[in-house]
Amino acid sequence: MAQSVYIPRLTRGALTVWRRNWDVFFKTYQVNFLPPLVEPILYLLAIGYGLGMFVGEIDGVPYVEFIAPAMVAISIMNSAFFECTYSSFVRMYYQKTFDAMIATPLALDEVIAGELLWGATRSFIYSSVMLVVLIGFGVVDLPLSLIILPFSFLAGLLFAGIAMCFTAITPGIDSLNYPSFLFITPMLLFSGTFFPLDVLPGGLQIFARGFLPLTQVVTVTRSLTLSTFSPYFLYSIGWISILTVLFFFVSIHLMKRRLIV
Amino acid sequence: MNRNEKVLMRRDHTYTGMDARTPVIDAQDLRKTFGSFVAVNDISFSVFPGEVFGFLGPNGAGKTTTMKMIQCVSPKSGGSLKVFGREAGIYQRSIKKRLGVVPQETNLDTEFTCFENLLVYSRYFGIPKQEATGRIEELLGFVQLEEKRDVLIERLSGGMKRRLVLARALINNPDLLVLDEPTIGLDPQARHLIWEKLKVLQAQGNTIVFTTHYLEEAERLCNRLVIMDEGKILVEGSPAGLISGHVGSDIVEAEHTPEVIACIENMGVSYEVFGDMVQIFTDNPREVAKNLFDTCNPGHVFARRGSLEDVFLKLTGRALKD
Ligand SMILES: Nc1ncnc2c1ncn2[C@@H]1O[C@H](COP(=O)(O)OP(=O)(O)OP(=O)(O)O)[C@@H](O)[C@H]1O
Ligand SMILES: [Mg+2]
Repeated sequence: MAQSVYIPRLTRGALTVWRRNWDVFFKTYQVNFLPPLVEPILYLLAIGYGLGMFVGEIDGVPYVEFIAPAMVAISIMNSAFFECTYSSFVRMYYQKTFDAMIATPLALDEVIAGELLWGATRSFIYSSVMLVVLIGFGVVDLPLSLIILPFSFLAGLLFAGIAMCFTAITPGIDSLNYPSFLFITPMLLFSGTFFPLDVLPGGLQIFARGFLPLTQVVTVTRSLTLSTFSPYFLYSIGWISILTVLFFFVSIHLMKRRLIV
Repeated sequence: MNRNEKVLMRRDHTYTGMDARTPVIDAQDLRKTFGSFVAVNDISFSVFPGEVFGFLGPNGAGKTTTMKMIQCVSPKSGGSLKVFGREAGIYQRSIKKRLGVVPQETNLDTEFTCFENLLVYSRYFGIPKQEATGRIEELLGFVQLEEKRDVLIERLSGGMKRRLVLARALINNPDLLVLDEPTIGLDPQARHLIWEKLKVLQAQGNTIVFTTHYLEEAERLCNRLVIMDEGKILVEGSPAGLISGHVGSDIVEAEHTPEVIACIENMGVSYEVFGDMVQIFTDNPREVAKNLFDTCNPGHVFARRGSLEDVFLKLTGRALKD
């Protein structure tokens, strides 16, 4: 029937869904704002300065400046991914928020689109906070690093879309641990975050460049905070843009398949 | 004017190009399957403007499934379903704009207060904030929750939550209310309060469709109702019509003994045996009781008015469903 042909019905309605999540977030901002402030400081101190003492420089860059952009990238990934997996699942399955929404003129497409936009907004909020901390430590270049602000929204939308696909197919909330541990955690380690990609074996390097979204995001944030650009910068921007659009629509489609019964 | 008597739903049923007797809901051979399981099995019914229309049935009868199709959130598998004269599977958005929905499971936003819940919900309808705010105050008054205006949902009792869901369903001045077990899990006081509110809405001439397990509720509120079982509609009619048509106006209960059965058989009246009781359906309870006492030794005899519960049990059987 009409359901199998995907025609997105996106209007301003998605923004009212986004706004609902925004309102909840700021009702509990005391809890929400602390982690992104504390976390980068801890990492910066422990890994950047502590471990950095032994590492020294990577490609002529002090270690702390090498990992600073990676931390922004990880925060972009984590905030959108965990928002659109566990949190969205709770809203969908336990709180029945989506059911309440689609009983209004909102279509499910708009509900999911609103959730995705919200996931991206969280990436924006957390990476902005983190950026401020990093600027305070003087470990990122200005003003180029400010481009990370709009970029974090785009990259956040990518991880939100990927996350929403898992949410759409997971049988229960516990199964969401699989993508968290088997996808997010390895990516966090092997995407040129804490050490450069070229120390990886050749095959793994190609895999990271070709398939790991975090690799692309780190490439972009590092280019910006260090003001060093290679052709990989454009490649990564293109990669992210295309897959963001793809996952946006695929995740909405999978959600409709799950919820419209 | 008392604020509780304000008109909370639109009453002019002058739907574009429709006259007053055009059904608000028109279902013909409506069907819903989940895989090979048939949840709603070719049911037909019409609900007219100003009617309060009930769906009764045991667990798993297909009531919620039918409500969800009317609400345009679940696509039908067959037949036709028109709401406000438009195909439910196609004009979802324009139909949903005019619906007020109370779901079976309360799904309020627990992070928000009563007021905030209604405000957030009003945005989904695109109602401007100014207009919504006035309306919310009015609705909180209607369901007697003014004092809980700024209280978080988790601090509300079950009855208050249910009332808030009812207020939420009225936020858009709906032309049709669809309520799935509006009084589920409530104590008698809370139930009476909801009934009172529904009666106000009914008196204003609103069209209301609801499901319930409480037969008393259906008897009090419905103009017409259907009894569903296993996806099918067993009967349709007014509460009084169904009672007189299926069980007679009165019921005489006597002890179940062979002697009593023999004498009932002699009288030639319709009866049913339930455990150690036998129920005689009649329009003339005095005569039946007198007859019993005259011709046999019936033990305890008890006469009462027939109720929808008797119709329900007679039609759906006494065995536990599900
Ligand atoms: N999404 C679904 N997938 C599969 N089966 C379903 C689904 N939804 C409902 N059913 C089945 O359809 C039948 C009718 O369910 P429905 O919820 O409409 O019953 P109901 O009359 O509302 O019952 P209750 O009084 O318990 O609320 C049940 O057997 C139920 O298991
Ligand atoms: Mg139900």
